[in-house]
Amino acid sequence: MTEAAISFQGVTRLFPQKGGRDVVALDDIWLDVPQGAITGIIGRSGAGKSTLLRLVNGLERPSSGQVIVADRDVTQAEGADLRAMRREVGMIFQHFNLLASRTVAGNIALPLEIAGVPQSEIAPRVAQLIELVGLGAQADRYPAELSGGQKQRVGIARALATRPRVLLSDEATSALDPDTTRQVLELLQDINRELGLTILLITHEMAVVRDICTHVAVIEGGRIVEAGETYAVFSRPEHPTTRSFLTGVTGVAVPGFVAGQMRDAPQSDAAQAVLQITFVGDHATDPMLSRLAVECGIETNILAGAIEEIGPNPFGSLIVSLPARRPAEARAFLGEHGMMTEVLGYVG
Amino acid sequence: MSANLIALLWDSTLQTLYMVAMSSLFGTLIGGPLGVFLATSRRGELFSAPALNAALGLVANAARSTPFIILVVAIIPFTRWIAGTSIGTTAAIVPLTIAAAPFIARLVEASIREVDGGLIEAARAMGATPGQIVRKVLVPEAMPGIVLGLTLAVVSLIGYSAMVGAVGGKGLGDLGIRYGYQRFMPEVMAAVVIILIVLVQIVQSLGEWIAARFDKRAPRNRGR
Repeated sequence: MTEAAISFQGVTRLFPQKGGRDVVALDDIWLDVPQGAITGIIGRSGAGKSTLLRLVNGLERPSSGQVIVADRDVTQAEGADLRAMRREVGMIFQHFNLLASRTVAGNIALPLEIAGVPQSEIAPRVAQLIELVGLGAQADRYPAELSGGQKQRVGIARALATRPRVLLSDEATSALDPDTTRQVLELLQDINRELGLTILLITHEMAVVRDICTHVAVIEGGRIVEAGETYAVFSRPEHPTTRSFLTGVTGVAVPGFVAGQMRDAPQSDAAQAVLQITFVGDHATDPMLSRLAVECGIETNILAGAIEEIGPNPFGSLIVSLPARRPAEARAFLGEHGMMTEVLGYVG
Repeated sequence: MSANLIALLWDSTLQTLYMVAMSSLFGTLIGGPLGVFLATSRRGELFSAPALNAALGLVANAARSTPFIILVVAIIPFTRWIAGTSIGTTAAIVPLTIAAAPFIARLVEASIREVDGGLIEAARAMGATPGQIVRKVLVPEAMPGIVLGLTLAVVSLIGYSAMVGAVGGKGLGDLGIRYGYQRFMPEVMAAVVIILIVLVQIVQSLGEWIAARFDKRAPRNRGR
């Protein structure tokens, strides 16, 4: 794919252990990050996403394989060459990593000073960046005087200072509250649109992927288990890890009073099966539960449910209970109509 | 107290100030960079040089574990080579500097190691050279701690300077021993002690004030 901004080509990263076997942090990763898109890499902690992100600006070196950024192999770059490449890749961090000894303006000026930009050009560029991230009144304040959201705005302005082609985000919203997270994500989305900047972010939060990522890669145990356009991946998730993250997208969970009584197998003839139904796209608006009752004679009891959007597409999740004698029949019917079902347990 | 004694006290105070100021200056010039290097040269760090780091650490520890009065006498040939003489106030600056430099180096090292590793990573991601990381990130961020460390070092040097009477270094400590103790003049001893207390107090307050000026972290992070 020629329009890839970043291309991981057979990247493996081993961490040698003293007297033992090597730990495989990344295992033969092949991934293209499209130009101008917002790509999310989602995985649990220890899945290898942090190592993967740091390969892009050479903070980590692979044991084998290549990482191509703007047609050049980062893994072969050294010294001044590598530093020049790093200036074309901005990075923001979970804990912001701002200098406590510098003001907002001073922090944003740092990468420009490092790049050797003349003083006379730094001030106007910094002023422009402060406007861009909406921190006009805070230029002379110190990080300790700012809220988390403001700090991350400084981090974003700083990362954009040298006009990079790519922005890397290392769990940039994980330390922020939901409201602030949304504002920071909106800012990233604006920047992506206005500057045409490619953004590669790592996260363990499904909501981040849902809200801004056009593309997603699911990483598990150092391997990419699923990747593609966000909607495509989540409308037909194939890997269990993807499915489990998907449950997180709607935040729909079995209510406590039911969860407490749930068993792995039915205990009586009157038992009810607790079923999770996930539906996407056009199906989200179909009256499937009514049809299940009418066409199969299976009555369901709704325990929890929500409909969300992934990009422009509706995405829903329902938790229902129905007679334990007939879940297979119900699942077959729903499956025929493009819905994903999973038996969570039995009550009674 | 006679005018003579007051003149003697004044001269001794100036000698002490001279010795402490010069040895603080040279001690910082040697110990500061050494401390930065010690803090950044372990395996995998910015200036990774584990062997040199270990060797310099050993030298610093050796210098710090030698009692000061022994150090003064032991390095007399070196002092003569540097200062041209081994006796007198200027000559005393040599052992004071040798004692101060490793002490300052360890204090600077500790302050630099306190700087969050995330800042180094951020600077590397910006394409900073190791030298730029030291100048623009590590030293400015460690400054409050470095200033407090230097304050501690200067106060220690005021104490050490009282011992250099052994090699004709003069100063307040020497005055206290020769007049206050050997000639049984308690008023001289009292005056010497009061002046030393005032000096230490001034240095400490000044150091804390400067450190606070550098410290832009949240108040809750201060003074804990």
